[in-house]
Amino acid sequence: MIRTEEMLLNVGPQHPSTHGVFRLVLKLDGEMIIEATPVIGYLHRGTEKLAENLQFTQIIPYTDRMDYLAAMTNNYVLCHAVETMMNIEIPERAEYLRVITMELGRIASHLVWWGTYLLDLGATSPFLYAFREREMIINLLNEISGGRLTFNYMRVGGVKWDAPEGWIEKVKEFVPYMREQLKGYDQLVTGNEIFLNRVKGIGVYTKEEALNYSLSGANLRCTGVKWDLRKDEPYSIYDRFEFDSITAETGDAWARYQVRLQEIEESLKILEQAADQIPAQGDMIGKVPKIIKPPQGEAFVRIESPRGEIGCFIASDGKKEPYRLKFRRPSFYNLQILPKLLVGQNMANLIAILGAIDIVLGEVDG
Amino acid sequence: MDQKDVEQLKKEAAAKAKAAALAKKKAKEAASKEEDSASTEAEPLDIAKQKAAAAAKAKAAALAKKKAKEAASKEENPASTEAEPLDIAKQKAAAAAKAKAAALAKKEAKEAASKEEDPASTKTDPLDIAKAKAAAAAKAKAAAAAKAKQSGAGDLEKEKAKAIAAAKAKAAAAAKAKMKSGGGAKAESQTEPEDIKPSPNQPILEKYIKIIESHFGSEMLEASYINRLSKDVPTIVAKPETYYKLAEFFKYNEQLGFDFLSELHGTDFQTHMEIYTHLYSYKNKQSVALKVKIDREDPVIDSIAPLWAGANWPECEAYDLLGIRFKGHPNLHRIMLGEDWVGYPLRKDYEPYDVEV
Repeated sequence: MIRTEEMLLNVGPQHPSTHGVFRLVLKLDGEMIIEATPVIGYLHRGTEKLAENLQFTQIIPYTDRMDYLAAMTNNYVLCHAVETMMNIEIPERAEYLRVITMELGRIASHLVWWGTYLLDLGATSPFLYAFREREMIINLLNEISGGRLTFNYMRVGGVKWDAPEGWIEKVKEFVPYMREQLKGYDQLVTGNEIFLNRVKGIGVYTKEEALNYSLSGANLRCTGVKWDLRKDEPYSIYDRFEFDSITAETGDAWARYQVRLQEIEESLKILEQAADQIPAQGDMIGKVPKIIKPPQGEAFVRIESPRGEIGCFIASDGKKEPYRLKFRRPSFYNLQILPKLLVGQNMANLIAILGAIDIVLGEVDG
Repeated sequence: MDQKDVEQLKKEAAAKAKAAALAKKKAKEAASKEEDSASTEAEPLDIAKQKAAAAAKAKAAALAKKKAKEAASKEENPASTEAEPLDIAKQKAAAAAKAKAAALAKKEAKEAASKEEDPASTKTDPLDIAKAKAAAAAKAKAAAAAKAKQSGAGDLEKEKAKAIAAAKAKAAAAAKAKMKSGGGAKAESQTEPEDIKPSPNQPILEKYIKIIESHFGSEMLEASYINRLSKDVPTIVAKPETYYKLAEFFKYNEQLGFDFLSELHGTDFQTHMEIYTHLYSYKNKQSVALKVKIDREDPVIDSIAPLWAGANWPECEAYDLLGIRFKGHPNLHRIMLGEDWVGYPLRKDYEPYDVEV
């Protein structure tokens, strides 16, 4: 006679696989997960409350600290919201610099995901390769912004300052190098049978479920929904570049892996075109009043971050501080589907499923 | 041969050698003497003569030049008529004397000036100097103070002018605002011609309203407009009692089909609470902003989490930070702050409460 009983297991809040402070309360039957309850909020810093007492330029550094793996897109979404309200035109060169830095950030973010996801699954060396390449991007972004992760580079109406001399050339040189490395990644991991067995058929959801759970980004595209805000609701100057929005059909962790890895290639395409098209000179900031006061009213904008749709809502009463600021944080929305994916799964698959969602806890908690 | 002979021979040889050496020496000396005497007496003399002649010539030429110059400068300066080095020296001396005299004069002038300023400083005792300095400093201070007074008065005037200008500007702005608020529709109609171009999303909004009204009649909506600040998104404001019905209709109606909830959050507008949802239809590629105003004192509204699972956590967040309660929510809890938190931070009248402070 084997006696079984339910067991309650806390995963986290300090656990390497959660990549931040995130707790999962699991009800286990043997190795099977019966119920999973995510507990979040450990990293809640009250950004939205703080912002109500800050001017818009002062809020930009706070956005760096939400999705700290792709801070450029966070910078952009706030500036974009204010610019939309105030109808500010952004100078050409500044717009290109924004796109280049955002796409570099996207590649860096996907590289971190790729490296750490494989590390979670037990493969050590991909992590080292991914961080080698990421370090080059970080150095580039450090050169242009003065910060490695928290850039604070964008401003309402443009960017803080121009790229240093020779920077665009460095970006141009990086593109073919990264392409070469991507091939190496594919040879190293993508065809690996052990890896495929770990990720295929794991964490599956359908297109309808993905939409119902408000998933976005690679988490949505892995179910076959061809939806990329850069292409479908073009903002900035993304309509000038040729690139694909990558989709996969199976909706499992393996599909998400494919989408993210191929998105690096698409970002490289954008980088290549942007580095060629960028005007040699130009203003860094458009016609922006000294004190930024969006008109009375409200606006909601959304853009494509590496993790999905990042949105920014501003309600303004005509003052220099926002009356209400709200970020639609993709990790927060994407994480909601986790309990549903975990039920009935083997405990060992927990890491593979959680990792494939690609969350950043700073963004989940706001 | 004998040893003696040998020695003698050696001696003789040595003597001979010595003699030869002496002879050579003498010869050399004689030769050098000859050379020396030759160089001192013979040609060198000529060379020296030549050189001397050349030098003399050069001197003569130089003198001639000098004379010419002097001749030229005679007109300017009759004192330099007597040429020759002596005269030059005299001139130099005279110039030096003049310079000295000038310097002295300057000194005297300075002293005289300082005497004028402060007679006490004529006796150059340190004490006096210190006194003089002190006096000078005092004077400078007084002057600075006077200047400051003058400029201060100027600033005050400027400030006054500024204040007046600001007041005028404020009054003008207020007048404008009054015009606008008082004029109401009239003012709007006046400003409208500037952006008379209807929003490209106007037909879409009209379509939504038409569909809604054909199903529910005209009692469903509180307001509907195009939000021009927010990329022209069609915005529909529901009534609290129709909010859920409308949301359900938005999701399941075939023509609308908003299958994706992009965003849900609440805002405290002090007079009321407001829920803002941004819906998107992947089928029609269209957006709509659905809003609902709720009572601030008793903020209760139907949950739309049963319609879109994605609204689950955002509603928890609105409950946690604003205290809005969602009826029919599967698991409404304080998602960020925890159940023991006192108050709702995003409310405008929130007072932080901490038992440990």
